[in-house]
Amino acid sequence: MSIETRRRLTPYLLLLPGGLWLALFYLAPLWTLLKVSLSSRQGRFSMDYLLTWDVANYQVALTEFGPQFGRAFLYGGLATVLALAIGYPLAYVIAFRGGKYRSLLLGLVVVPLFTSYLIRTIAWSSILADNGPVVGLVSWLGLGGLLESLWITDQGRLLNTPAAVVGGLTYNFLPFMVLPIYVSLERIDGALVDAANDLYCSALAAFRKVVLPLSLPGVFAGSLLTFIPAAGDFINAQFLGSPATTMIGNSIQDQFLRQNNLSVASAMAFVLMFVMIVLVLVYSRRFGTDDLA
Amino acid sequence: MSGHSLIAARAGRWALNLYAALGLAYLFAPIAVIVAFSFNQPSGHFNIEWRQFTLANWQAPFADRALTDALWVSLRIAALSTLVSTVLGTMIAIALSRYRFPGSGAVNLLLVLPVTTPEIVVGSSLAAMFLGQNVIDFGMVTITIAHILFQLSFVAIIVRARLRDFDWTLEQAAQDLGAPPLRTFLTVTLPLILPGILAAALLSFALSIDDFIITFFNAGSTVTFPLQIFGASRVRIPPQVHVLATVILLVSVGLLVAGTILEHRRRRPNRVD
Repeated sequence: MSIETRRRLTPYLLLLPGGLWLALFYLAPLWTLLKVSLSSRQGRFSMDYLLTWDVANYQVALTEFGPQFGRAFLYGGLATVLALAIGYPLAYVIAFRGGKYRSLLLGLVVVPLFTSYLIRTIAWSSILADNGPVVGLVSWLGLGGLLESLWITDQGRLLNTPAAVVGGLTYNFLPFMVLPIYVSLERIDGALVDAANDLYCSALAAFRKVVLPLSLPGVFAGSLLTFIPAAGDFINAQFLGSPATTMIGNSIQDQFLRQNNLSVASAMAFVLMFVMIVLVLVYSRRFGTDDLA
Repeated sequence: MSGHSLIAARAGRWALNLYAALGLAYLFAPIAVIVAFSFNQPSGHFNIEWRQFTLANWQAPFADRALTDALWVSLRIAALSTLVSTVLGTMIAIALSRYRFPGSGAVNLLLVLPVTTPEIVVGSSLAAMFLGQNVIDFGMVTITIAHILFQLSFVAIIVRARLRDFDWTLEQAAQDLGAPPLRTFLTVTLPLILPGILAAALLSFALSIDDFIITFFNAGSTVTFPLQIFGASRVRIPPQVHVLATVILLVSVGLLVAGTILEHRRRRPNRVD
């Protein structure tokens, strides 16, 4: 083999094992999922599925589990908006006012990820419990009526409400919002902001016309990286919610692992993934894939 | 600028800083609860209500046998999957940043997709395939396969980002001086990119230990640390959960800090030229 062909083959050889892994354990399973979602089960307790190309499972998924899909996208969307509202200013302050403490502050944003996700969610259930600190603070401040009218609390309770689920989702995926926004803010040349100020731009106008447009790729990447895991989550709904707040993740898990109804579970998973893939493709056509993760 | 607007601007700055500080506090509220509750003496089976300060939990961190066994299972899976995914992921990252070749765009997309697919889809599809192939013994092997899958993308993406401004002419220089490719890689390239690889390995180790959703679908009767906490959470939450979580937190933060310091030390001599 000549050196030239060897050089040309090297990248493919380097890609081969990892690429095979992705093909075998990511792409092939998705193909299985699609097939199972178009199959019908041979009998109630059977694990045999016959490929019938029947879309009945999708009808069940979208009608019977419509509310769960609705809540998944609603709660996921609300959590994304809230994470943006909390995360953008946080990333801004770290990037532009962090000074020499920038990496330390950014490290602090990441630290919570090193405690178990499950344990953090259980910790939230202590914080939001009926005799916990937040409910106590609310009644001490006399805000009970206000929160009740905003549909945040339910008869004085915070735990097992939609608000608790959205709050938990916001919390758990906030770092994924902050990091990409920080990266896009850090890339902005400070001289541009100075130039805007020199041209008698007010601080607010400089932000609106210079900083915000340049940080949009980070905002979109962060929103995607928050929305995807939030909408597919079932831990927060399980620990912080009630049977009335179940999301599509809870249903997929229940149909798959408890009811052994792989076909309907697969159809739901496929619909969920389809929505996400469309979002990712729209994003990557516009911004490329570099800012994701 | 008039005096009033100057005061307003300063107040605005302070308000924004305060808002950001509250954001950080929000991130740390449950962490504080976890650390505090590792010193709590619970009244019943659930360590979720504050009663009394005690050091007893820290004196017996491994008192809960099932939890300790599960932690051990998680550590073994994480060690193996991190090793494999770091090697495979680094190879992909080098291929993507060192070479230009047809099809690299598709590879980039294939790398991002697993990270942007909801975990529940990754987990359930993998389990559906294993079931379809009549894999009966779900357990260590299926969990490890699944972990390598999602770690692989993370490692490749992180290492590729670190390699973005790597000077590949260094390799050429070594080869011009007669070093064979493998030796060039081991003595020139690897030492330079090692910090990035180690950072990626550390993150993927943490991802593996903490993974719940994908593991849940592919575990069979094997119980990892998060699965044990989940399974037991209806019956009991022993204070050892909080102790071990705090230990994991301290160890990973320690490694993170040590890694940052090491990288700064390594970089400094390079900055002279």
